[in-house]
Amino acid sequence: MLKLFRLLAPYRGYIAIVLVLALAQSLGFLLLPRLMSDIVDKGIVRGDQRAIFRIGGLMLLMSIAATFCAILSSYYASKVATGFGRILRGTIFARVEHFSIHQFDRFGSASLVTRTTNDTTQVQQMLTMMLTMVITAPMMATGGVILALSQDTQLAWVLIAVMPVMALVFGVILRGAVPLSQAMQEKIDRLNLIIGEGLSGVRVIRAFDRGARQGERFDRANLDLTNTAIALNRLMAFLMPALIVMLNLTSLAIIWVGSHRIDAGQMQVGAMIASLQYAMQILFAVFMVTAMFVMLPRAAASAARINEVLEVSPEVVDPAGPAERPRAARRGHVEFQNVTFQYPGAEEPALSGVSFTAHPGEMTAIVGGTGSGKSTLAGLIPRFYDANHGRVLVDGVDVREMTQADLRGRIGFVPQKAVLFTGTVAANIRYGRENASDEEIRHAATVAQAIEFVDAMPETFASPISQGGINLSGGQKQRLSIARAIVRKPDVYVFDDSFSALDFATDARLRAALREETGNATVFVVAQRISTVINADRIIVLDNGRVAGVGTHAELLENNEIYREIVASQVSLEEVA
Amino acid sequence: MSEASQGKPKVQTEQPRTAPPRDMFGGRPIGGLGVPTQKAKNFKGTTARLLGYLRPHHAALAVVILAGAIGTVFSVLGPKLLGKATTKVFEGFVAKARGVPGAAVDFHYVGRILLGLIALYIIGNAFQYLMQYLMATIAQRTVYAMRKEVEAKFDRLPLKFFDRRTRGEVMSRAVNDLDSISGTLQQNLTQLLTSLLTIIGVIVMMLTISWMLTLISVLTLPLSIVIVARIAKRSQKFFMKQQMALGALNGHVAEMYGGHTIVTAFGHQQKSVATFETLNENYYDGAWRAQFVSGIIWPTMMFVGNLGYVFVAVIGGVLVTRGSIPIGDVQAFIAYNRQFSMPISQLSGIANMIQLTVVSAERVFELLDEPEETPDSDSATVIARPRGAVQLDDVSFRYKEAEPLIEHMSLEIAPGRMIAIVGPTGAGKTTLVNLLMRFYDVDSGAIRVDGVDIRQLKRGALRRMFGMVLQDTWLFSGTIRENIAYGRDHASAEAIVHAAKAAQADHFIRTLPDNYDTPINEEASNLSQGQKQLLTIARAFLADPAILILDEATSSVDTRTEILIQQAMGQLMHGRTTFVIAHRLSTIRNADAILMMEHGRIVEQGTHQELLAAKGPYAALYHSQFAGRAAQSVSLAT
Repeated sequence: MLKLFRLLAPYRGYIAIVLVLALAQSLGFLLLPRLMSDIVDKGIVRGDQRAIFRIGGLMLLMSIAATFCAILSSYYASKVATGFGRILRGTIFARVEHFSIHQFDRFGSASLVTRTTNDTTQVQQMLTMMLTMVITAPMMATGGVILALSQDTQLAWVLIAVMPVMALVFGVILRGAVPLSQAMQEKIDRLNLIIGEGLSGVRVIRAFDRGARQGERFDRANLDLTNTAIALNRLMAFLMPALIVMLNLTSLAIIWVGSHRIDAGQMQVGAMIASLQYAMQILFAVFMVTAMFVMLPRAAASAARINEVLEVSPEVVDPAGPAERPRAARRGHVEFQNVTFQYPGAEEPALSGVSFTAHPGEMTAIVGGTGSGKSTLAGLIPRFYDANHGRVLVDGVDVREMTQADLRGRIGFVPQKAVLFTGTVAANIRYGRENASDEEIRHAATVAQAIEFVDAMPETFASPISQGGINLSGGQKQRLSIARAIVRKPDVYVFDDSFSALDFATDARLRAALREETGNATVFVVAQRISTVINADRIIVLDNGRVAGVGTHAELLENNEIYREIVASQVSLEEVA
Repeated sequence: MSEASQGKPKVQTEQPRTAPPRDMFGGRPIGGLGVPTQKAKNFKGTTARLLGYLRPHHAALAVVILAGAIGTVFSVLGPKLLGKATTKVFEGFVAKARGVPGAAVDFHYVGRILLGLIALYIIGNAFQYLMQYLMATIAQRTVYAMRKEVEAKFDRLPLKFFDRRTRGEVMSRAVNDLDSISGTLQQNLTQLLTSLLTIIGVIVMMLTISWMLTLISVLTLPLSIVIVARIAKRSQKFFMKQQMALGALNGHVAEMYGGHTIVTAFGHQQKSVATFETLNENYYDGAWRAQFVSGIIWPTMMFVGNLGYVFVAVIGGVLVTRGSIPIGDVQAFIAYNRQFSMPISQLSGIANMIQLTVVSAERVFELLDEPEETPDSDSATVIARPRGAVQLDDVSFRYKEAEPLIEHMSLEIAPGRMIAIVGPTGAGKTTLVNLLMRFYDVDSGAIRVDGVDIRQLKRGALRRMFGMVLQDTWLFSGTIRENIAYGRDHASAEAIVHAAKAAQADHFIRTLPDNYDTPINEEASNLSQGQKQLLTIARAFLADPAILILDEATSSVDTRTEILIQQAMGQLMHGRTTFVIAHRLSTIRNADAILMMEHGRIVEQGTHQELLAAKGPYAALYHSQFAGRAAQSVSLAT
């Protein structure tokens, strides 16, 4: 967490102000009992009413000043804490946006969302607590002890003796409570998991008539959680009464010791009354600090999760001096030179020694079984990650030597799982190219075979797409995501198994239209089915990350065992069952 | 993108309702002050119903109230007694100072008071502890019962309910709302009790000391209420703004992260960061104001408290010099003043929290009041040995009144036959599953299994006759073994292995680290899509149903696994009545009947030959798709 607080640097000045104000505020509150004791000693004992009013007026001024300081300090503290949250969130988000695809996948999107939103809020709340309540605590405690010492040394010892006892009692309670509260969080998660499973699997549960079993599972988790919650709350029930008993017993000790001191003429009555109030203030301060320790584990866990993200620096970075973009007549030339790629921590490379060249106007298909490295190969072209050995060249330039913006500006990528954003249909297509005209968007939709359903929507291209595109079918989303790539007019198309959600008729129409549209571009198609790739200029057969063969359908059928196997398996699919 | 990452969980788009944060002390931002309030529709009724849940604990509750009352009385008596000790010390001191002979502090008296106080404090707080201790059990047991009721309710709700709501919406009621209720029962009820009692007790004690001082203390009361109310109102506005800005911000984050590949591929990172910064700035703007304004509440109340303190000190001082009250009473009064302002500031927060809780309770009760599935009739029967004859007799069904789906459909299927369902997938297959398994009831006509109307059967028994293997595999967190065994109670280890072997799953299971005991993690991302499908087939094998519903679609499965899946499905179909959502020519040609569906509606039915002869939609589809593929397969094979 301390590491994160380095981000507070721009707020150094504000923090200093908060500290000074907090000090002033604590002093103000601490001096009130002191003045009260003056009322007793100088006013009441001597029967001097004017002194009482004078000191009372002083007290009034003091508390006005202290309140003013507190409000001002709250102003700066709010700015510091929320400003810190803003910087932290912004830092995380900017960092994550530049993560390479597999750096991103290492965390997963759900987890990154939590880290960017909830976890920062946790840490921010912690900072707020520290700035508003916790920083005054040590000031109150030390100030209180000093003032008590100045009133009477012996009485002050009572206070000094009580503080560690109190900290000890809290420590013991918290030692039991913190693990319980962690266990409770886990059990809440477990219960939510079961509820979630029950909701998403409601059909299966009923189909197998397992409602009763689901009920039992739920009940076990429910009971488990309830028991932990009871244990935790029973333990916490002890905290407040314990605090109050300790406060009260301290008061009694002060009176007992104090009365003897007074009797011996070593102390004034006012000093005793003031000491009673110091005790209250000091012990409440100790209580506040302990309260912070309850919050601390949660905030610390959040901070740790955030640090995990910030410790990862983007591995795909722009070169210092990007290469000039060559002015070739026909662009889109892609070449792999002995490319090997291994996911960090993986035992085997996902791709090894891959070499081939693809020219503009050609279609290159990549086939192979699950895990053979097809998508990895496709992802190397837009530089989603960098090769460990070898080079990927686009238009003769190593992709690592051009800017990412330049490289990706030439590529139209269509992922396996269509992703759409909140906004209109037009805005989603225009994501491919900001300055695309309405005609161009319409054209792209037509090629992608999306025009029919878009025109059928109530507001056609202006129709809103809800978050994640849940108002569209899988095939519709895929077609819009293809239109997005088309409108970009890229030199290189990469289709990463992006026709899977289409029915056969649409698939065929789309492919025909695409052939026309992508005439001069270099096209890469990752595919599962042989029928998709049969007309490719070049088929790259991958097997366990190695190129098992390159050639046309006819050539491969002739001389490639693995390709024949794949073909045979798909033909026989028609025959089994 | 790595292929291993394809099974990644979807971005959670469900945004839980933001409840005020609770720490272990239940200490919400100063007792929930300044947090936006929602209005309950029926405050009284809902509160009464919520309190009804406490009824089983009435004995314990009575003890809680009693303990709270005793504890409060004791805590209120303390300062007065302590004041007596101070007075005695003071008197001794003053007498001594005036040189009264033999004057000294009466330590015997002081000591007795102090001893009494020790007992008082310990006993009083023991009762406070008892109250909280008992309340822990009462609150948690009550919420336990409510949660259980909600879960049981889920089991009785018709599928219609789940189909019309997002998971997040239902989860929010089952989780967040109940959590809010739990917190309030645990903290706020006892707080409410002790606060009210303390206020009354303190006023009584104050009055025994001095009516004038009491008046001063009580007069600061409206002052603090007015101030707090005004600030709270302003802060609510800012909180609202902050919440909205936060929603927009979180939405952007979830969306950009969900589409990270696309954002990267199209080079939109800078733009996304820029949008984020705008939203972040916007949020900051609302957030610091909200925090500042609510941060003012505490110092302001301290100020009002101090104001009372100063007045009490001054006027009390004057009263002492006049001899109207002893000095210990002033000290006691200062303590009472503090005891008094605490619960008052708490009360407004508690009121707010209770309001929020009643809204939550209302949402939970709404869920509990949803209409349920009609229960099985008393005469409902069970088919002991189902043969698997299925008859649809003039069945009509529609989800929405205005959109006819299935109209007057009749179909007779002998045991062991296969029905192929053809056409673009969508509502069609789900509708069929829904009707056959009685997730939805037909509007008119009847579906019979072995001659018995399915509405005459026990739902559980009906559904046990069916097995279903859908593309959308559902596995729950547990081991592989448990997931396969889901198909049958008390399945033996051999039976499970046998089913896995029949489903061609045994081999891959044995390559997993713990074989059959390998746990399936939350998103089942440690299994490939094909492996998951094989597991669901094994599950169906073990269940040994008379009737099957199969989905042949095997997208995003590599071809070798696909062959395994098909072989397994072929095995499974053997000797069972089967409804297949067909994607393969061989399946379609061999079907005893074909249902042609379009836009979720059955438009044609008959055998392959009949339908081709009819030259209807099926024939058109067949010629456009399957015929071409058939020719292609032949050319590929040569």
